[in-house]
Amino acid sequence: MRVRVRHEITHRFEPAARHAIATLRLTPRSHVGQHILRWTLDVSPDCRLMPEEDAFGNTVHTFSVGGPVETITVIAEGDVDTQDTTGVIAGSAERFPPSLFLRQTDMTQPDAAIMKLADAVATKATTPLDRLHGLMVAVHEGTTETAPEADATAIAAGKALAAGEGTAASLTHVFISAARHLKLPARQVSGYAVMADVPAAFREWAEAHVPGIGWVGFDCGKNVCPSDGYVRLAVGLDSLAVAPMLSTGSRAENTAVARDFFQSPKSGQSQQQGQGQRQE
Amino acid sequence: MARAFDEMSSDDGSVRKAYETLSRWLTSVPHDVLDHRRKEAEYIFRRIGITFAVYGEQNAQERLIPFDIVPRIITSDEWTRLAKGLEQRVKALNLYIKDVYSKREVLRAGIVPEELVYQNPAFRPEMNGQSVPHDLYVHIAGIDIVRTDPNSFYVLEDNARTPSGVSYMLENREIMLRLFPELFSMHRVAPVENYADDLLATLRSLSPNGAHEPNVAILTPGIYNSAYYEHSFLADKLGVDLVEGRDLFVEDNVVYMRTTEGPKRLDVIYRRLDDDFLDPLAFRPDSVLGVPGLMSAYKAGNVTLTNAVGTGVADDKAVYSYMPEIIKFYLGEEPLLANVPTWRCREPDHLKYVLEHLGELVVKEVHGSGGYGMLVGPKSDKAQIEAFRAKLKHDPANFIAQPTLALSTCPTLVDEGVAPRHVDLRPFILSGSDKVRIVPGGLTRVAMKEGSLVVNSSQGGGTKDTWVLDA
Amino acid sequence: MLSRTADNLYWLSRYVERADCLARILDVAQRLSHTPVTYGGSTNEWSSAVLTAGCVEGFVARHGPVENATEENVVSFIAFDPENPSSIRNSFEVARTNARSVRTALTSEMWDVINSAWIELRAFPDKAMTREELSRFLAFVKETSLRFDGATFRTMLRNDAYWFSRVGAHVERADNTARILDVKYHVLLPEKEHVGGPLDYFQWASILRSVSALTAFHWVYRDSVKPWLVADLLILNRQMPRSLAACYDNLSRSLDDIAAAYGRQGPAQRLARSTLAKLSNQSIDEIFQAGLHEFISDFIGDNYKLGNEIVEQYLT
Repeated sequence: MRVRVRHEITHRFEPAARHAIATLRLTPRSHVGQHILRWTLDVSPDCRLMPEEDAFGNTVHTFSVGGPVETITVIAEGDVDTQDTTGVIAGSAERFPPSLFLRQTDMTQPDAAIMKLADAVATKATTPLDRLHGLMVAVHEGTTETAPEADATAIAAGKALAAGEGTAASLTHVFISAARHLKLPARQVSGYAVMADVPAAFREWAEAHVPGIGWVGFDCGKNVCPSDGYVRLAVGLDSLAVAPMLSTGSRAENTAVARDFFQSPKSGQSQQQGQGQRQE
Repeated sequence: MARAFDEMSSDDGSVRKAYETLSRWLTSVPHDVLDHRRKEAEYIFRRIGITFAVYGEQNAQERLIPFDIVPRIITSDEWTRLAKGLEQRVKALNLYIKDVYSKREVLRAGIVPEELVYQNPAFRPEMNGQSVPHDLYVHIAGIDIVRTDPNSFYVLEDNARTPSGVSYMLENREIMLRLFPELFSMHRVAPVENYADDLLATLRSLSPNGAHEPNVAILTPGIYNSAYYEHSFLADKLGVDLVEGRDLFVEDNVVYMRTTEGPKRLDVIYRRLDDDFLDPLAFRPDSVLGVPGLMSAYKAGNVTLTNAVGTGVADDKAVYSYMPEIIKFYLGEEPLLANVPTWRCREPDHLKYVLEHLGELVVKEVHGSGGYGMLVGPKSDKAQIEAFRAKLKHDPANFIAQPTLALSTCPTLVDEGVAPRHVDLRPFILSGSDKVRIVPGGLTRVAMKEGSLVVNSSQGGGTKDTWVLDA
Repeated sequence: MLSRTADNLYWLSRYVERADCLARILDVAQRLSHTPVTYGGSTNEWSSAVLTAGCVEGFVARHGPVENATEENVVSFIAFDPENPSSIRNSFEVARTNARSVRTALTSEMWDVINSAWIELRAFPDKAMTREELSRFLAFVKETSLRFDGATFRTMLRNDAYWFSRVGAHVERADNTARILDVKYHVLLPEKEHVGGPLDYFQWASILRSVSALTAFHWVYRDSVKPWLVADLLILNRQMPRSLAACYDNLSRSLDDIAAAYGRQGPAQRLARSTLAKLSNQSIDEIFQAGLHEFISDFIGDNYKLGNEIVEQYLT
């Protein structure tokens, strides 16, 4: 399948930042079943993109913009040729043995409910692959996928399961939390998914490692293993680690912290000023 | 437990050679004179503001660490032995960390279980495959040493992240010189004042790009950090800027400092900020203490961070138990300094032994520090032991256990007079690209309570000046 | 130097100066409130103190209308109230916090003054002070600022750290003098009815006392206390260290020193010079003709603006 992607992200700084810095995980790599034909990143305002590879083999770009910065807009655009591999990933850039992906993070720390869900699946299924499918079904049936709101970040696994709903990214947290609890290496994947007749949309799903097979994709929201309608962008330990764009308007934020500290005394100062004027 | 080894007096009441002069002096000076000087020392400490904060205590925001005016004495022979062992240990720590973040030979050889690396919260995947200047990770190490008899020194703990306490080592000496000049005229005490010069030379040797005049700064979490005094003290002694995260920014992978004259480039950052908070774009996104983009600049090789990111993977108490094997694996040498025998509760047969002997052992959390969350078996009652047993059974991998060592004692001034109290020692080891530097001595911590083995300042421990006598 | 360090030095000096000014205001109020009723008992010196200290809003929120001001609630509010961001207690608190952040930029003598004042402050009870206790407290505050200025003057290297510290002290001092004048300007106006009466005399003297200038006045003018001379002394006379002209003289010089050291100047230098020029080129008669109150209000506005320019140019 030929997938065309156009992904636009805008970050706003209020008040304008004196200086802003951002990292992008917005460049897919080719592997078996996924071939990048064309890919461009366009950042406004103009800046110098510094490419690097992160610990997981993802392509990352860092850039900084001098202020005042009100908005940063990034457009990723490209064409990708994909083939259906029934969810199995081969030939991808791997920098760690699968066991690294047993690490829980703040976002995936399992609570009692998640452990219960995982243990229940484990009693019914024995092979890793069966257990993972069982987990996908359990998460899918126990939750409802919600559409991501602008600016909202994924929530922690326990929270999502307790709420019974979450974005695709949050549901993925539930899945990988449960899988890791069962000693099955699992990770978060970001990318794009083409759904019947709509353009490819940004999405997150899970991959788990099955001995003898390799990394296999699981999309709990859709209850499917990714097909040729999916383009993989980045992998990581949780949603935060695969965020397509992270930014900080360093000065704006840090000033807020600094001012906070001096706020009362300094407002005392302006109060005196105000009084001087009132008497006019 | 038999009477612990006292570093001044032998069992038969005779005085060990190194302490002869001090012992005579102690008996010749009336108690109220000593007490008066102790108060004077406390007054000076408070005036210069050497205080520390204790977590979880309200209103005790700034507390003074008790200072004991009786110095601890180490002979130059003993020190030479110690220094060699420390250098060896830090060398091994550096090689281990480099390996863990690159070839992982130690895992392949089965020396250390994979889980202790990959599941270690202090392991930083971000450092994987990342080269650091001069292959050095732990530039400033604090190795805690205890002694049990005239010939036995043990390493109790490795501190490879941001060990603190060196300001007390320096201030203690300063105060002693001021209060007891006569004692120094009776002993040939090796100086420690050159620590600041050594530290600066070490930091400068670590410049990432061979800059001739590298700009060095100390990065502090700010005045509310418990060790803030030390941060400002060191900045002052080194003559470098003490910066907070908000003083820095990153542009095109270069780190700059905001100054009254505009941006100034930084080459080496001695950071006293934990990994988690260093860069909100790479680690905790809610950190306001760090510098966005710092990790990118670091990975691009434009700035040196000391200690390196991710060194915690080498200093928890579970990894500690493997240190003798780690030293042999990388250096092909026998460890010069022994480990305290350690049971790893993650291993079933070890756990079994520990559960059966809780009353005799010291049990510690693998990632704990500061004397929190530990059980000292012989000093605990039944209820405490049972409560701890439940914790241990719930999560065995989180604990290690050690025999209750009879830590050596040193003469210490307490209300009733001069009496033996348990001590440990934290020397500071500096690893630069040119050489390893260790100032003779270190920080001696002393448990002020009679019989107590907990020397941590957060638990009421005090400090002493430590004298290495020139031969 | 680090912008934040300069910022801390600047505010450290400002808050030490502010504490001093607040102590003087309380001192004068106490003195006046004990003068015989026939001379001035009709005016409430304590509400006047609240006005002069520039903390009306906070006071009203805490104790109701300014007319309710009494010795007890004003002393408590201005000296100790933790809710009042500009109380003496908070000024010392902020000064020490700033000092602690820049320990390395201070000499040990300067730190010692701030730190021991902070420790000593805790020994004073929060309220219900006897007159003697209050006097002792106010003397302690004034002495602290003297010691701090002395330590700064005697021990600090003459570099940007020193200059930023001096800039802070003079911006604050100018603000304080201007506000004292602004609250009392009506008694300086010549067309008032009872000019020369005992009430006015006490009021003028109180203005001079609040800036420690009563003796200086006699030395400079060799005349009895007259309102326009009081205004002249506090606005235009460069010999008088707290006058607006003297403050700007110092301020401008410190800013020029910074510019020379850095090899570049900016809006802060230009603004300070233009204010200084205004103070140099006007006579007290011209100021009265154009309106004393208007003049002071403009000055407070300019001074405030300069503070912002300094922050913008160097401290962020």
